[in-house]
Amino acid sequence: MTITDGKDELEAQFTLWREHVRRRPELVESDTDELEDHLRDSVDGLISKGLAADEAFLIAVKRMGGLDELSREFAREHSERLWKQLMFTGEAGDPVRRGRSRRDVIVMLVCAFGAAVSVKIPELFGRGFNEDSLFYSVNLALFALPWLAGFLVWRRRPGAGPGGALAALFGLGAVVANAYPLDADSQSARLMATHLPIALWLVVGLAYVSDDLRSARRRMDFIRFTGEWFVYLVLMALGGGVLIAFLYGIFDAIGVDSDSVIGTWVVPCGFVAATVVAGWLVEVKQGVIENIAPVLTRIFTPLFTVALLAFLITIGWNGRGIEIDRQTLVMFDLLLAVVLGLLLYSLSARDPQAPRGPFDVLQLALVVSALMIDALVLYTMAGRIAEYGTTPNNVAALGENIVLLVNLAWSVWLLLRFVRRRGTFPAIERWQTAYLPVYALWFWTVVLLLPPLFSFR
Amino acid sequence: MLLRVTKDLVAASATPIVLGILAEGESYGYAILRRIGDLSGGELDWTEGLLYPLLHRLERLGHVESSWQVVPGERRRKYYRITRQGLAELAEQRRQWQTVVEALQQVWPSIADIRPLFTPLEGNA
Repeated sequence: MTITDGKDELEAQFTLWREHVRRRPELVESDTDELEDHLRDSVDGLISKGLAADEAFLIAVKRMGGLDELSREFAREHSERLWKQLMFTGEAGDPVRRGRSRRDVIVMLVCAFGAAVSVKIPELFGRGFNEDSLFYSVNLALFALPWLAGFLVWRRRPGAGPGGALAALFGLGAVVANAYPLDADSQSARLMATHLPIALWLVVGLAYVSDDLRSARRRMDFIRFTGEWFVYLVLMALGGGVLIAFLYGIFDAIGVDSDSVIGTWVVPCGFVAATVVAGWLVEVKQGVIENIAPVLTRIFTPLFTVALLAFLITIGWNGRGIEIDRQTLVMFDLLLAVVLGLLLYSLSARDPQAPRGPFDVLQLALVVSALMIDALVLYTMAGRIAEYGTTPNNVAALGENIVLLVNLAWSVWLLLRFVRRRGTFPAIERWQTAYLPVYALWFWTVVLLLPPLFSFR
Repeated sequence: MLLRVTKDLVAASATPIVLGILAEGESYGYAILRRIGDLSGGELDWTEGLLYPLLHRLERLGHVESSWQVVPGERRRKYYRITRQGLAELAEQRRQWQTVVEALQQVWPSIADIRPLFTPLEGNA
């Protein structure tokens, strides 16, 4: 072995060691540099005492002590690092990654700015934010979500096919939202305002999975993305609320009325920009902060189970029927959606290899009680439709109910098999991810077909 | 067998020793550890896990400041330098240690004199 060989080998070992150390969240780049310098010094010292390079390396690493212990000591001094803040500047990894994250920030800012500008453009054509509330209620998502999808497409670079499909779908959404002759008070207008954003969100999902359309893992990632995005959006809305309160207060103090500026500029521009920023946050912090949606799921699954069981027991005790009108039906639809959300987010955070535990049984109880409640609701609903006939609203609500019911019913079956050790966990996950297109299909049906079918009532 | 100083005592004396070494002139981690080894004849058991976090803490407190320097013919290194505030802290630590040492010297006039004042009772542990 020549001396140069020994040197190369040593360098290779240092590279390995660096990679190993870099995985520690407690140690930042400059700590690694400092420790490496130290290690090189001790290796040099040992070599000068006559040891071979590889021996010297082994002994020097051993002297430095276990990485676990070392990072524990560092963590004690730098506890803030365990909170893993998002770092916008400095120290973030190698130059390639840093360059990429900087480009991400720039594209995100461009998209957020674009969204904020686009929401003000209709005003140039006489569609004021306060005067034309119908226009904004059906179109709001169209000012925000295409920009978010654009950001995701920029990150994924899926090629022309999916890109064109995305553009076509957003175009289709824009056409139906504005070409249909909707009356501000009609049920169709309300359906459009509530269903188009969800339909478009599923198009954002298409952008999210655009680099690998068939992968179940990518779709599950999109489900996670949705939850985290929503949490971030709510957090930003809270912060925005504080900002607006202060804006109003401080300008009020100098006798300037800021109402119209807040109402027509800050709120709409801030909201559409926040949707893009939230998407960016979820993308860059993947794995940086613990996901919050699964944590919320763990807290609320038992609580919802108790609430639903209490509701069922009360019905059984009093023999009360559910009084159905449109509001309650929507509420029970939302309840099913929440139960599905609880199921999805505990699935998304679950280790597929983990054995079944009491939490799985709890989940089964939650879904079963939701299904029983829904059966009661559907029974009452059928009577109502037979009596009063169909309207756009109850068709849409009924459709959603059935879509969710089918999903949950099959989920119960799979969960039951899993808890009784007859089935595997990935089967549940596959069912949920394979079901995503069904939601897209139904929501687009509501948006595209229901208004003309009911002659825009 | 090598006589080792206990962990608690090492931890307690860490700050004054590091500040003292840096008061002699700026230095870097490996050299500081070497110096400590030399000073104590290898009896002070310092680890990297003790030294570097301590240096970072002293830097946060403003007792030392650091900078990456390139000395010609050597690697890029992070050098630590004691600050004015660090010197004041060193003086204060020194005063406290002197108090401790004086007290100890009074109760232990010399090691040779230490003998049990009474014979311990057998089997009373």
